[in-house]
Amino acid sequence: MNHGTALLWKRRALSSLSATRRGLPKEKMSENGVSSRAKVLTIDTMNPTVKKVEYAVRGPIVQRALELERELSQGMKKPFVEVIKANIGDAHAMGQQPITFFRQVLALCSYPELLNDTTFPEDAKSRARRILQSCGGYSMGSYSASQGIESVRQDVARYIERRDDGVPCDPDDIYLTTGASDGIVTVLKLLVCGEGAARTGVMISIPQYPLYSAALAELSAVQINYYLNEETCWSMDISELQRALDEARRHCNPRALCIINPGNPTGQVQSRQCIEDVIRFAAKERLFLMADEVYQDNVYADSCKFHSFKKVLFDMGPEYSNTVELVSFHSTSKCYMGECGFRGGYMEIINMDDEVKAQLTKLVSVRLCPPVPGQALMDLVVNPPQTGEPSYDKFIKERTATLSALAEKATLTEQVLNTVQGISCNPVQGAMYSFPRITIPEKAIKEATDNGQQPDMFYCMKLLEETGICLVPGSGFGQKDGTYHFRMTILPPKDKLTILLNKVKEFHQKFTQQYS
Amino acid sequence: MGQQPITFLRQVVALCCYPQLLESPSFPEDAKQRAQRILQDCGGQSLGSYSASQGVECIRQHVADYITQRDQGVPSDWNNIYLTTGASDGIMSILKLLVSGQDTCRTGVMIPIPQYPLYSAAISELEAVHINYYLDEDNCWALDIEELQRAYLTAKQHCQPRVLCIINPGNPTGQVQSKKCIEEVLHFAYEENMFVMADEVYQDNVYSSDCQFHSFKKVLYEMGPEYFNNVELVSFHSTSKGYTGECGFRGGYMEVLNMDPQVKVQLIKLLSVRLCPPVAGQAAMDVIVNPPKEHEPSYAQFTKEKSSVLDVLAHKARLTERILNSVPGIKCNPVQGAMYAFPRIFIPPRAIQEAQARSMAPDMLYCLKLLEETGICVVPGSGFGQREGTYHFRMTVLPSPEKLKVLLGKLKDFHLCFLEEYSQEEPQLSRSSQHQHRENSKPDA
Repeated sequence: MNHGTALLWKRRALSSLSATRRGLPKEKMSENGVSSRAKVLTIDTMNPTVKKVEYAVRGPIVQRALELERELSQGMKKPFVEVIKANIGDAHAMGQQPITFFRQVLALCSYPELLNDTTFPEDAKSRARRILQSCGGYSMGSYSASQGIESVRQDVARYIERRDDGVPCDPDDIYLTTGASDGIVTVLKLLVCGEGAARTGVMISIPQYPLYSAALAELSAVQINYYLNEETCWSMDISELQRALDEARRHCNPRALCIINPGNPTGQVQSRQCIEDVIRFAAKERLFLMADEVYQDNVYADSCKFHSFKKVLFDMGPEYSNTVELVSFHSTSKCYMGECGFRGGYMEIINMDDEVKAQLTKLVSVRLCPPVPGQALMDLVVNPPQTGEPSYDKFIKERTATLSALAEKATLTEQVLNTVQGISCNPVQGAMYSFPRITIPEKAIKEATDNGQQPDMFYCMKLLEETGICLVPGSGFGQKDGTYHFRMTILPPKDKLTILLNKVKEFHQKFTQQYS
Repeated sequence: MGQQPITFLRQVVALCCYPQLLESPSFPEDAKQRAQRILQDCGGQSLGSYSASQGVECIRQHVADYITQRDQGVPSDWNNIYLTTGASDGIMSILKLLVSGQDTCRTGVMIPIPQYPLYSAAISELEAVHINYYLDEDNCWALDIEELQRAYLTAKQHCQPRVLCIINPGNPTGQVQSKKCIEEVLHFAYEENMFVMADEVYQDNVYSSDCQFHSFKKVLYEMGPEYFNNVELVSFHSTSKGYTGECGFRGGYMEVLNMDPQVKVQLIKLLSVRLCPPVAGQAAMDVIVNPPKEHEPSYAQFTKEKSSVLDVLAHKARLTERILNSVPGIKCNPVQGAMYAFPRIFIPPRAIQEAQARSMAPDMLYCLKLLEETGICVVPGSGFGQREGTYHFRMTVLPSPEKLKVLLGKLKDFHLCFLEEYSQEEPQLSRSSQHQHRENSKPDA
């Protein structure tokens, strides 16, 4: 018997601890004589709110896609040679190239010896030096202030001012975050309180990016769904907002209104009028506005323009701009950078109560600080090469190439999908996704339901098994009852995207026929 | 505080950020290989892709290899490895899973007093129940099983104790627990059905030659299969401490042992909502667990830098302890490991009264005065927890030896002055002549 077991038997015999073993789970003796016993942490004893959390973007269909990938790499024969993961807004994974200048500065910041390397342009070096000067010990390895590196926050404030035609921005209102998700969850945390019918309700768009529903589930807040209008290119209707709000007031305390613009998964770019109406609505109904603007540089349709919630707010005059509580979120993961892995982001906090702001600062301090490379990257995003600087031309070329490729692919996707009978795709005005509506035959709906599956999950699983294409079913984002969709990214390179779209087309036709 | 990064680590990160540098002659081959291996497992071969939520696969494998080697062959399965955004992130995620129940069934979490206040903050935020167990200051902050038992039994009356947190080496206390102590703790956890969270971020920061880091996992293994196959244990590590000090990268990992498979699914789901930890931090962690080997070009420089950092830390730990213990009214336990001194300070009753009148903890008053008078910023012991009626502060041993000596000299002066100021009913010397008196009788630093 080994020492440990001896210890165990001895202690059991002698220890007074044995008296406290009432209430311990029963032991079972297995065949080899080693007893197994119930665990402390089980599905029944764990946090119930965590169980309610769902996140479709990396959910079951993606897990199956990964399994298929493994099987393929082990030589198993499939009807396809590769799995195409068009489920997640990860541009680099789909072959998009990083902005050279950004990576040069990051390398210089990581390994300052490179400041002596003549192959790096001067403007990259001066950016790196400026960032490092603001870091403790001139090192990216130091914790920054919890709100983020001061000079970066100043640069963010200046960027916002430029973007919004001079509407002032106070660097003190800027918090750097670990991706936008981090900021969104933090603000939601502050907002959630109350019991029963007084519990905080949060209005979210349907369809929505499922971070929101996941966060609300985890925080046990009340999710209030307002439906975007598919018939009018996913626009927001104030009457629908009002309906949702009035209904929600019966069972919770609605306090916040979340908007994603440009939209995810829906890709619409809201009009200025719409944004004004939303702000007016929020002011009237005393709602805290959360504006997820991470796709602010991803606008493709000529008829559309990005209008920041802040700018519109300030244009509406002091009655609104002095009172409406608004937080705007941005990220390094999207736009033309696509630097998801760096987890960079910021939020701008407008009209927050001072005491609450102090609480916010305290809350973020517990996690010390956001990743400094991500902060450095955000600094470059808001402070890119300027005219006359050595890296300017290349930067503009790369940025333009990426954005125009995205615009092209947005158009292509919409076009091809709309040639398919039974698929209807709204214009992809912005963001990185198409969210087409699909007609699923009754027979398929029945088979899905019999299997305990959402019909669009059933559809997407079959698509995956037959073509290797991984998309996310609309049920993961929310949709009007009786309608079905899927979200696919427009990120694969154009030629791959074309193949992908044609395979989807073929699959859909086959599926429709199979289940007619 | 001026500590230099490990060259090799920064080279690998730079190569990963800007792969054009793979063509550069100024980078060693081993750094290039590491970078290439990491990038190979990144989407689109880019640090800018989201990784899997559990982390980049090859890095998790390297972590498992590191643990296996560290624990002299006790196998580590890379499927049990989760990369995290610093250790804090992992700790929060696990605590989140564990908190459930209402009222007297609410999850209770046992934490050492003194503790690193992430734990108390997390417990408050999650509305779990704090269960304090006191470390034994008279015994170099040892963990006393009877004290654990006392805390447990008391807590059982009003909550459901489920979790036992240990920080080893300790923060703020710096003690390195003995193997026997760890065994006893694990036995306690086994007997009382506790989920063990072992915060081992300072595993490379052991200075006292009488001490050795024993991983909870290895000790558990050596206790035999009944323990090893049953005790639910999560161990946390970070890139922020050790000899790399890469706090800003927010790198970390956790190894999860004996977790219920259904709960594991929930954990992965929870982590997926935040997508992934920062990939640059994951790369930093890769270098830490997979440093240059003896035959590799960067080995000599790497070893030199690592030893230099650790030697200096050990020197500073001893220096700090010695100087603090030379001050009447300050008593400092040996700084066996970690990065802090947590000396006990005598605060005169008059000062305690003044603090109370100003609605602040006495050690907060002390530290604020210290800050105002010397510019030295330390954290009052009340921020970490301490036995009623005792006062402490936590200072790091991180400033350079020269700066540290100056700091400690000023601290000593301040303390003596503070004692004098608050010891008498009325000060017999004016403040300026007190200062002159100190200047004239300054001991050698």
